[in-house]
Amino acid sequence: MTDSSVHAPPLLAAHGLSFARNDAPVFGPLDFAVDAGEALLIKGDNGAGKTTLLRVLAGLLRPESGRIDIDGHGTDAPARTRALAYLGHLPALKADLGALENLDFLCGLQGLRRGQSPDAAMRIVGLDGYQDALARQLSAGQKKRLSLARIWLSPAPVWLLDEPYANLDLDGIELVNRMVQAHLREGGAALVTTHGAYAAPPVRTRELMLRRTA
Amino acid sequence: MTVDPQRSTRMSISGSAPSLPGAARALLARDLRLLWRRRGDALQPALFALIVVVLFALALGNDPRLQAKVAAGVLWVAALLAGLLSLDTLFRSDAEDGSLEQWMLAPVPLAWLVAVRTFMHWATTAWPLLLATPVLAELMHLPHAQLPVLMTGLALGTPLLSLIGAVIAALTVGMRRSGILVGLLALPLYVPVLVFGAGSVTASAQGLDPVGPMLLLGAGLIVAMVLAPLTAAAAIRIAVH
Repeated sequence: MTDSSVHAPPLLAAHGLSFARNDAPVFGPLDFAVDAGEALLIKGDNGAGKTTLLRVLAGLLRPESGRIDIDGHGTDAPARTRALAYLGHLPALKADLGALENLDFLCGLQGLRRGQSPDAAMRIVGLDGYQDALARQLSAGQKKRLSLARIWLSPAPVWLLDEPYANLDLDGIELVNRMVQAHLREGGAALVTTHGAYAAPPVRTRELMLRRTA
Repeated sequence: MTVDPQRSTRMSISGSAPSLPGAARALLARDLRLLWRRRGDALQPALFALIVVVLFALALGNDPRLQAKVAAGVLWVAALLAGLLSLDTLFRSDAEDGSLEQWMLAPVPLAWLVAVRTFMHWATTAWPLLLATPVLAELMHLPHAQLPVLMTGLALGTPLLSLIGAVIAALTVGMRRSGILVGLLALPLYVPVLVFGAGSVTASAQGLDPVGPMLLLGAGLIVAMVLAPLTAAAAIRIAVH
């Protein structure tokens, strides 16, 4: 594994990272690094461990072995929370709250990126006019867009996007790619899982292929 | 899409990390909003306690002396059951919609968020009941002299019940249906609180000093305020896998 930048350590790096569920190995050991301004596409079949890998990186699961470095420093799960924004399968939206109320709460929890506001983020993800709509009334794609707005508002430099394209229309897929592109241009990094059916964003990209461990 | 261009291209994406009070405020505001949207549900624990007390009053018949004797015990059990009823909802909906994941990934300690959530549980189930206690006590013919003892005991004991309950709710949050199990696990742990809480009223009725049991309740509350959120947070981390 070589680094393209000589001086700066990679934004996120995994060393010998593996995970096992009830002693059955799920993936690894893996070594990879993602630099600032780079995207890592995590590919693999269903059940190959893509989601599990992101959950381990996020700190929701404890790795079996290995180390996760942020900016060249070894980290534990609480220390990584500042650096990572995680988009999972569950939208973390309260059905009885309005779209903007949900976003306000999540920003209170995760912090707010400089120069951004929840209201502006709603416009960026194409939910203008839905500010007061209850989350229960939003379609699956609109909920995904709202979650993307949360990621967009996060001050964290590393995005962990688990199947960000799922449920989105063509315009939404384009939106994800533009968001990732803009984030990377600002020196962020993104790890994106996909089963390969979608066009990757036009950015500097590494690929990580996961295979099912028998 | 408008991606603002002035953000510079250096490593750290800057922004404001949430502060502890800020995160607490956001969570309190969210819970109050949710409570208001479902205000019908919110009244249920207090109504349930009211009905339990009324049932006792009816079942014991028109015997004020007997009622006065058991009043403190009945009110304590009613408060305890009302809190238990809503315990299962403490973290369950947040676990199901993925909110707990985001709590765990927030740059504020999970224990802090758990503490705030538990405070809300207490404020929304026990607080209305505390306000209704003078009326309920009157219904049960509790001597007026013992009302302050009962109120103080409930004020110290109900947050303790909520904190113990939070640990149980966190332990069972990974299970699909755990209504009865929560009760089976929590009620034995509630026993000391009940004994000292109702016991202080009985002691004062017999002319003894109720301060001892009160101090024990207070001490228990302080210990639980420190330990329960940490324990519940650890349990949540195990459950959300």
